[in-house]
Amino acid sequence: MKKRKISEALVISTVKKIALKASFDLEPEVEKLLRQALAREKSPDGKTALKIILENIALARRKKIPICQDTGLSVFFIELGREVDLDFDLVAAINQGIREATKEGYLRRSVADHITRENTGDNTPAIVHVKLASGRRLKLNLIIKGGGAENKSLVKMMSPAEGIPAIKKTVLDAVKNAGGQACPPIIVGLGIGGDLELSAILAKQALARKTGSKSKDRELAKLESEILKDINKLGIGPSGLGGKITCLAVQAEKAPGHIASLALAVNLQCWAHRGAKAVI
Amino acid sequence: MFKNAKKIHTPLTPQVAKSLRTGQWVLLSGEIYTGRDQAHRRLYDLIEHGYRLPIPLKNEIIYYVGPTPARPGRVIGSAGPTTSSRMDKFTPRLMALGLLATIGKGERSKEVRDAVRKYGGVYLVSVGGAGAYLSERIRKAEVVAWPDLRAEAIYRLTVVDFPCLVAYDAKGGDVFAKNRKKFEEA
Repeated sequence: MKKRKISEALVISTVKKIALKASFDLEPEVEKLLRQALAREKSPDGKTALKIILENIALARRKKIPICQDTGLSVFFIELGREVDLDFDLVAAINQGIREATKEGYLRRSVADHITRENTGDNTPAIVHVKLASGRRLKLNLIIKGGGAENKSLVKMMSPAEGIPAIKKTVLDAVKNAGGQACPPIIVGLGIGGDLELSAILAKQALARKTGSKSKDRELAKLESEILKDINKLGIGPSGLGGKITCLAVQAEKAPGHIASLALAVNLQCWAHRGAKAVI
Repeated sequence: MFKNAKKIHTPLTPQVAKSLRTGQWVLLSGEIYTGRDQAHRRLYDLIEHGYRLPIPLKNEIIYYVGPTPARPGRVIGSAGPTTSSRMDKFTPRLMALGLLATIGKGERSKEVRDAVRKYGGVYLVSVGGAGAYLSERIRKAEVVAWPDLRAEAIYRLTVVDFPCLVAYDAKGGDVFAKNRKKFEEA
């Protein structure tokens, strides 16, 4: 069968479109969780923070002001159908889309060399994970990561003997340590298993899932809801100002790994969990 | 939303700073400076080498923010607080030179809590991520130092009724610890 050709211009314009949408227009499922949080929150200061957050979301959408000044680092999960023919550099095209969105949307330049601290000036390079898939489509799933929550994330190589209790403790410790700094109510992405880097990618992939969705794996779904319950006992609350709602969702992915290992990645995401998807 | 908030104006006086209490909302109006990682590094280097600083510190307020660029016709872009703890290394020294208040988000080190108490200052927090909302409270913005740092340059902002919660006060109060205790379940 003849391969389907996708043009470079289409990829660039699609990336630009979803990057701008993500920056100004918070996905409805995140906003819904924040509204539910306001209904359930008992803390007066926590409620005030949530009210400001909800007003902020509406204002950003209406006036096209970025939801948060940290317009972040762009992370893409790409599924490339094997019957798609690309005669250009896909990663370069994605970066061009980000470059154009940054300029057109008046986004902050938030990417720098980590040795010289020199700003790259256009929010590139994006972080791009490409997976080959069947079919004739190119699927793009973008999430935007702000620095505050990303800085409080971690990967820990634990012993298999430590098991589930150690997973729970490590996640709770990470959330406690992040406190108000990661912009709660947060969303927690967990990657369990694989190796050092796969666990981290899985944790981010878990965040890229539909927000509030449960794992399809029954055991993992149970772990997600237990950890969510435990996090919301910590009292950190919205913006760290005290309260019942510290976390909106815990989302986990797993992969088999070495018999000697238990890899755990904890990827924290702020309430401004910006993302957008497109299928070409 | 801020019925019980205390209105405060710049220039902030040590008396007013000392009177603020942990857990109290304030609506701040007047001129403040911005500064985050790179600007702090440069300020610190100038101090270390005994050079003059490009901004005054005495009784001033620094807001930890790196705004997005302003669209045409707007004063500033999105402008919410960034994580304060990244500036912890620099803050006690700046407070020793007269800096009275800082605005950011999240918990800070013991050294900063101690400095706030020692110098009779205050640490204020606003709502992290609420950059669009807070930008509406900023009426004027001009770069006063290091334009090459772009979002990380030092701006002088004129704010009106900018909402903040008193996080650390001159008596050693800590809103994070205090409020967390009220809502944590053993």
